[in-house]
Amino acid sequence: MTLPPELNVMVKSLPFLWQGLLVTLQVSATVVVVALVLGVTLGVGLTYGPRWIAWPIRLFSDIIRGLPLLVLIFFVYYALPATGWSINNFWAALSALALFETAHVSEVARGAIQSIHPGQNEAGKAIGLTFVQRMLYVVLPQALRRFLPPWINTVVDTVKGSALVSLVGIVDLMLAIQQVIGRTFQPMPMYVLGAIMYFLINYTLSLASRRLEARFAYIRE
Amino acid sequence: MSLRLHYHLNFNFVWKYFDRLSWGLLLSLELAAAGILIGIAIGLSLALLANSGGRAVRAVIAAYVEFIRNVPLLLLVYLVFYGVPSIGGFAYDAPTSFIITLAVYAGAYLVEVFRAGLDAIPKGLIDAGKAIGLTPWQRVVYVKLPTMLRIVLPSLSNAFISLFKDTALASVIAVPELQYGASWIYTNTFRIVEVYAVVTPMYLVTGYGLLFGLRLLERRFAIRRL
Repeated sequence: MTLPPELNVMVKSLPFLWQGLLVTLQVSATVVVVALVLGVTLGVGLTYGPRWIAWPIRLFSDIIRGLPLLVLIFFVYYALPATGWSINNFWAALSALALFETAHVSEVARGAIQSIHPGQNEAGKAIGLTFVQRMLYVVLPQALRRFLPPWINTVVDTVKGSALVSLVGIVDLMLAIQQVIGRTFQPMPMYVLGAIMYFLINYTLSLASRRLEARFAYIRE
Repeated sequence: MSLRLHYHLNFNFVWKYFDRLSWGLLLSLELAAAGILIGIAIGLSLALLANSGGRAVRAVIAAYVEFIRNVPLLLLVYLVFYGVPSIGGFAYDAPTSFIITLAVYAGAYLVEVFRAGLDAIPKGLIDAGKAIGLTPWQRVVYVKLPTMLRIVLPSLSNAFISLFKDTALASVIAVPELQYGASWIYTNTFRIVEVYAVVTPMYLVTGYGLLFGLRLLERRFAIRRL
């Protein structure tokens, strides 16, 4: 079978790119889970916490969201070892990305929780529910519908942001593409192939977000 | 437990090469400004086109929007800088390449912003334009655009701040903006903690300064009653 050279390099490099794609998915999935747990916790703290809890969270979130992700990754990657914490590039990049996404998820969670009428929380108090019970049984289940569509957008941002971990030497999909180009000198086909791969993952997520949004569109407060 | 630095902080090099950071910051702002201006031109014309055009036109615009929004910006930066010249047989310098990338990227987000803005114009205003005998083109220029620009101003300023942060990616193709200035200093002097102790506040102060400044502008131009 003779393929044109552009297609040939795309087909031949697929197994190698697959390895990179797995790393991208692994990084993204880990960050998404960590950011979900931490972000929702911080979002609850931001909404219901006393000033000494809410204020530091607000500061954390505003500082992290005010910085470029690239700067954050380089900062964690280079500065943590200087404080005596030896950390390899994988965990440095992963924690930087997780910090970044946690800050964004905490804002999404805060928005979703604040959209629930305060009367719901007060009613929970009136029937004697503890704070944790009020969160788990009253507020969070209702906030979920407001939370899911924008949260999926942060998942898309995570997958896109995970391409930056290639800059500290983690062979994810982005760096795998770069390495193939380094050997074959065929940039255009490889970038197009990579773009298609990222597109397929993220477009699926975007579609899910839009469908959920349409499904919950009937909710009017 | 002792959390101590393994070297002594020394800011001398950061101050010595501070002009790389200050000029870098200025270039970051210039890149973001050029990106959003061209992005507005792309977004606005495509939004108007989508509103008046047929199904095929809308499908092409939707494909552009979805493709750009679902691909990492880093990959687009590489694609425009290394990929496009490789098949086009031409080249452009790194800042030009980055501005093109940023504009195409911003355009994809702004199409949606402008479409939402056009939809938010009260029908009564357009009807009033018809009633006093404005042509379709006059209605766009004198009724739709001025109203819509005031509606979308908050979205535009958010997009600008977001683009300002995205300019850090220009460092990967050696555009000497702020992050590149930072990396130049620490690769030459190894003063990483000190460099970032200065660069991080520069990003934050500029970003939030823009935010508050643009909020004042938004308040000045907000439409109180639609």
